[in-house]
Amino acid sequence: MFRFIISRVLQAIPVLLVVVTITFFLVRVAPGGPFSAEKAVPPEVIKALEARYHLDEPIWQQYLGYLNDLVHGEFGPSFRYPGRTVNELIAGGLPITAELAFYAMLVAVIIGVCAGVFAALKPNTPQDYIPMSAAMLGICMPSFLMGPLLVLVFGIWFEWVPVSGWGDLPGDKILPAITLGSGYAAFLARLSRGGMLEVMSQDYIRTARAKGLPEWVVVLKHGLRGGLIPVVAFLGPAFAGLLSGSFVVETIFQIPGLGRFYVQAAFNRDYTMILGTTVFFATLIVLFNLLSDIVSVWINPKLRHQLREGK
Amino acid sequence: MKLLKVDNLTTHFHTREGVVKAVDGISFSVNQGETLAIVGESGSGKSVACYSLLKLIPQPPGKIVAGSALFDGRDLLQADESTLQNIRGNDIAIIFQDPMTCLNPYLTVGEQLIEPLIYHHNISRKNAAVRATEILGEVGIVEPEKRMGSYPHEFSGGMRQRVMIAMALITEPKLLICDEPTTALDVTIQAQILNLVKALQIKRNIAVIFISHDLAVVAGVADNVAVMKDGLIVEQGPVDEIFYRGQHEYTKKLLAAIPEGAKPLSAQSPPMNTDKKSEHKPLLSISALKTHFHDYSGGWLKRNQKVIKAVDDVSLTIQQGEILGLVGESGSGKSTLGRSILQLVPITSGSVVFDGTELTRLSPTQMKPVRRRMQMIFQDPYSSLNPRMTVFDTLAEPLLYHRLATRKTVTAQVLALMDDVGLARAAIRKYPHEFSGGQRQRIAVGRAISTKPELVIADEPVSALDVTIQAQILDLILALVEKHDLTMLFISHDLSVVRYIADRIAVMHHGKLVETGITEPLFSAPKHDYTKKLLSAIPVADPVKERQRQVDLIQLGN
Amino acid sequence: MSSSIPAAEILEYAEKGTSLWQDAWIRLRKNTLALFGLGVILTLCLIALMTPFIAPYGYEEQNLLLGAAPPSAEHWLGTDIFGRDMLTRIMYGSRVSLMVGFIATGVALAIGVLWGTIAGYAGGRVDAVMMRIVDILYALPFMIFIVLLMVVFGRNILLLFLAIGAVEWLTMARIVRGQVLSLRRQEFVEAAVSLGLSRWTIIRRHLIPNTLGPVIVYTTLTIPSVMLLEAFLSFLGLGIQPPQSSWGLLISYGVETMEEYPWLLLFPGLTLSITLFALNFLGDGLRDALDPKASRD
Repeated sequence: MFRFIISRVLQAIPVLLVVVTITFFLVRVAPGGPFSAEKAVPPEVIKALEARYHLDEPIWQQYLGYLNDLVHGEFGPSFRYPGRTVNELIAGGLPITAELAFYAMLVAVIIGVCAGVFAALKPNTPQDYIPMSAAMLGICMPSFLMGPLLVLVFGIWFEWVPVSGWGDLPGDKILPAITLGSGYAAFLARLSRGGMLEVMSQDYIRTARAKGLPEWVVVLKHGLRGGLIPVVAFLGPAFAGLLSGSFVVETIFQIPGLGRFYVQAAFNRDYTMILGTTVFFATLIVLFNLLSDIVSVWINPKLRHQLREGK
Repeated sequence: MKLLKVDNLTTHFHTREGVVKAVDGISFSVNQGETLAIVGESGSGKSVACYSLLKLIPQPPGKIVAGSALFDGRDLLQADESTLQNIRGNDIAIIFQDPMTCLNPYLTVGEQLIEPLIYHHNISRKNAAVRATEILGEVGIVEPEKRMGSYPHEFSGGMRQRVMIAMALITEPKLLICDEPTTALDVTIQAQILNLVKALQIKRNIAVIFISHDLAVVAGVADNVAVMKDGLIVEQGPVDEIFYRGQHEYTKKLLAAIPEGAKPLSAQSPPMNTDKKSEHKPLLSISALKTHFHDYSGGWLKRNQKVIKAVDDVSLTIQQGEILGLVGESGSGKSTLGRSILQLVPITSGSVVFDGTELTRLSPTQMKPVRRRMQMIFQDPYSSLNPRMTVFDTLAEPLLYHRLATRKTVTAQVLALMDDVGLARAAIRKYPHEFSGGQRQRIAVGRAISTKPELVIADEPVSALDVTIQAQILDLILALVEKHDLTMLFISHDLSVVRYIADRIAVMHHGKLVETGITEPLFSAPKHDYTKKLLSAIPVADPVKERQRQVDLIQLGN
Repeated sequence: MSSSIPAAEILEYAEKGTSLWQDAWIRLRKNTLALFGLGVILTLCLIALMTPFIAPYGYEEQNLLLGAAPPSAEHWLGTDIFGRDMLTRIMYGSRVSLMVGFIATGVALAIGVLWGTIAGYAGGRVDAVMMRIVDILYALPFMIFIVLLMVVFGRNILLLFLAIGAVEWLTMARIVRGQVLSLRRQEFVEAAVSLGLSRWTIIRRHLIPNTLGPVIVYTTLTIPSVMLLEAFLSFLGLGIQPPQSSWGLLISYGVETMEEYPWLLLFPGLTLSITLFALNFLGDGLRDALDPKASRD
């Protein structure tokens, strides 16, 4: 198991390197430098700026320099917000996005898995159809539609919750969390239903019943573990989805998180910010994929066994 | 004393195609300490009947329509779910067919063993674990303390079945239902498991319902036998009555279908066969053949990959016109040997000479004309036919590809082939899923002989079939061998089938050939230890002989 | 092959077999929701094709005097703040949205099927290397890359097709490869090899027809996720840009004014949702029909 984790971590390094390289060069070949949008700037000023941001060096030197910075955890200064570093901007937005993603994940996992398991227990009955229709609704109602509609109904017409902002009130966080989480709740519901149906038709479930175990033991102890394996494997990609979903949700609800910064940076062509955030997001996503991979293996004794044998 | 008395049990399944009467009003009873065997072919309803007793059938689509099942004075069919939960695994326990899929892969064996004790006897986990360790030892698991923490996939098939038995018996049930408990196992393991069940039954004086399709197995274990067909019990009675004085047509048919002794000697064929053998040169000769596989499961970058020696230094010749039976247990490499001969798997070293041509050095293009001359019949008629091709497409493909037919003659040739293998001409445009297993195997046989091959390799061609169908296909193969003058390598795990069909026999074990010889001498006087062990493990469908054989086995100290 | 049978030679009394495709079609016909989905999609495609001829108003036809008006007899779905007919704009938007859905899925299909078939058929190390590449690509945060691409190269619709297609082919490749691998182990493929059929004949006659089912199902389910991706990008202002229009863009305009003119959000939103519903129902129905074992009922 330990060796497996080490080898997966080692595999993640080339992935990250690819991400950094692609992003770095994409941003460099982009038409229009960061300062070109401004009104006529004296050439000497541009020169000074370029020197300050090392833009006058050969590109491979810039690349190596950037890699070196990254290794030391430095994302460099922001083009747009002079005097502030990308690190500071990320540090400011991260806690908010993390909190939002956490709530959304909570919504997704709790509602999704419960609905899916519940539906799988009585397939092709109302107990199955009702949660699964709701899940279909969640899948076909994307966050950028769901969010505004929720705001319109609960924020504007009923005035139950604030329409935007990110204060301390729990009311501030309900709508964004639901908006961001509902799509994934729906997806997880379908996934866990499928997984549970598959497992509950296995021979060993019949064995458990033949042993005279109460039905709840059969479901929770013998069924759930195998049934949730696809769910666990999906949590990594789901996290990646939540991060990109935060672009939209933070824009709709005007939440000052990383996602909103990223979209703004994209429009402002704040290249160091884009570069830094992309690398940062990518690292997070790769990490979460790694984590969900490791957990999937860990909860599956057969895979664990193969690892031990294949050493 | 009647422990279980079942009356008019009727179970229906409601499917899209209509109501299937899986069990159609059957009655039987079991006494304490006795074994009732329920025998029948697939789809006869024998398993559904037993699962219905404990309401273990999926409901819906299944529905128990009528009947009563008195067990210890209670009617199981009227009992509510919580009563049934108390009976299941406590008073009545079940051993299922496939030990590979019937144990939970995510829980340790120990955890699964103690569950019945905890829920039925309400004892602490610690005490339950002590008891579980004891019973693991009792069913013959070595180092039971250590094995308690293992997961099912760390056990072999036979060992898993022992675990299943331990799990069923841990609560000291009064009735044990065994649903084909040895069907998925090799014959030597089967003998061990059957003896174990028998010993434990005598020791605990429990009643057993033994479900099986295999009359030979039943002959050894049963006191009473019930024969099922299409949801009905057509005949039941004491085991000797059924085997020696069976009345019903179907019982007789089942017994007659068991391949016994050597192949039926048609008037002139045996002397001709022997003549041929001495006259003709060998059609196929293999020498020092090795086929090794690399196990990439540990990652293809790893240095020390496991090497599986599926076929390890085998030399063998097949004479023109003979049927050579190749026997061995699962994993012995017999199928790989067959595929190596046809160059379907890459061989590691050695030579395969077919009619003077060295096959291992041929390019795919050079191989094409040779392929026409050697064909294969596969085991599973459900996967050996392309589901999207009609009978016509399947049979016409080789004919047209090898230019053995023109577009004008192909239909007539396909129809002739269908006649040959006993398929109705009207079925020419049907798809494989519209046929039964036996008919599908006929299509597969038709495809194999379509190119007029000289050598046919038959890989377990009847082991997926019911015993009556098996007999038909075996006779079909024998007839075709004679009609088309075929040479055949017949691969099987089933010694009685091989004995019935083969002129000569080769025994494989762990990738090596341990013994070859003419069929009857080999059966009566095996030389190699493994062959002896294999032969002594075969059950025979004759209760008296079977009882004698078991006595012999015990005396041998097996 | 069946086309090559001389029709006259098939015996008249031969019973007609039911192929798996016919079986699937029979099952699909019993599935009301899937048929409804199919109907909606076909209608939408027809409308999208005919839009220039049947749209009630011109695409850029403004009526500034009217302003944003709620639905009425003249303007069934109301007008936007420039007095442009909403129905017309949604119809034009459907052309872009559906086109992105189909073309990007087509790109994914082409790459994925080719990659998956080669990997699955070659097996061994070729397969291991090819699938490792897919694994690595899977680990890349593609959503972010697409945003980045759109930022760097401007909002180019062609690039959008390529970018989305490049993401979606990964799953397709995995599905096809898994299918081919399991088929290769099937005995009928071995039988074809032992009959001496050529590689290409085996792929064409025995492998491809049997992988088609899952590919069709996954394709149907990829289209909605691609459309969603496009709408997502357009909503952020990174996808389709004006004067072209797509449903995502219309929704994002609708959000800006939803307090005063909720219909500007509701109608494009409803159209998108119904389309996604229809495609998902059709996909689920096709899965049940083509793979009756997977649906278990």
